[in-house]
Amino acid sequence: MNDALHIGGKALSSRLFIGTGKYSRNTLIPEVIARSGSEVITVALRRVDPASQEENILSHIPPQMTLLPNTSGARTAEEAVRIARLARAAGMGNWVKIEVINDQRYLLPDNLETIRATEILAAEGFVVLPYMSPDLSAALRLRDAGAAAVMPLGAPIGSNRGLRTKELIGILIEEAGLPVIVDAGIGRPSEAAEAMEMGAAAVLLNTAIATARDPLGMAEAFRGAVAAGRQAYLAGLGPVQQEAEASSPLTGFLNV
Amino acid sequence: MKLYINGNETELDEACATLADLLSRPEWKERRMIVELNGMIVGRDDFGTVLLADGDRIELVHFVGGG
Repeated sequence: MNDALHIGGKALSSRLFIGTGKYSRNTLIPEVIARSGSEVITVALRRVDPASQEENILSHIPPQMTLLPNTSGARTAEEAVRIARLARAAGMGNWVKIEVINDQRYLLPDNLETIRATEILAAEGFVVLPYMSPDLSAALRLRDAGAAAVMPLGAPIGSNRGLRTKELIGILIEEAGLPVIVDAGIGRPSEAAEAMEMGAAAVLLNTAIATARDPLGMAEAFRGAVAAGRQAYLAGLGPVQQEAEASSPLTGFLNV
Repeated sequence: MKLYINGNETELDEACATLADLLSRPEWKERRMIVELNGMIVGRDDFGTVLLADGDRIELVHFVGGG
């Protein structure tokens, strides 16, 4: 079955996007990539510290991966645009995860600035994947601005709290008219499966794998969960009802 | 010559005439970086020809782990 996810001119067979932050050691990353089956991976852009011999994260990412640089640290559309242009100058592709945040406690995205940044960067030919609060009118504006997908949060970044915004994400999936990738908050494979069962196009997660006791085992668990959820969505979930409906015949009982 | 590298004021001798001269110094060489000079991105091919001037603001950035 060909069930590729088409984004930015690429056909992706994996619907699990992963991040590269918070690993106890970066040498885990190639194995996490292999065990997760992921094809898209996020990175951040930061000033080089001359006092640290911290290696460039790219040395741990196989070249066939699609790099999704984020604009973390941006507080305005202009800052996000600047970061995106710098990332593209690295020559590693033109995908960008727009992340504009002004709330330091919950790291909730600023949808208005995110829409402005999307307009500018999509016009410059970027494949724009905006991290956003799951608001339908914002999603529609992002679509009109040229976003390749929208990436609503399930719960605050790094919280592992799951699909707290489930109802709103469901509305985006129904109404937004572009792929919905659940980004942030997913902590368990069952939550990733649930997002996929709902019809999410993909999920993006980092903390859930990176902070697991065994990141490699967890990467594989998420791979299975995302695939199972997607298959369930395509198969069509059975109807839900309040009262029982016998699965066995109600005639021919032996004790009558 | 006074430069601002990643926000830090840095005094450099005049031997650092071009961006390539600066980036060949021990603290910067052997790194894969993206370079911005006074708000403009400078491509790798231009490092040898871009002249530095007193007061220039240089950003040297690279990719790190992130979600």
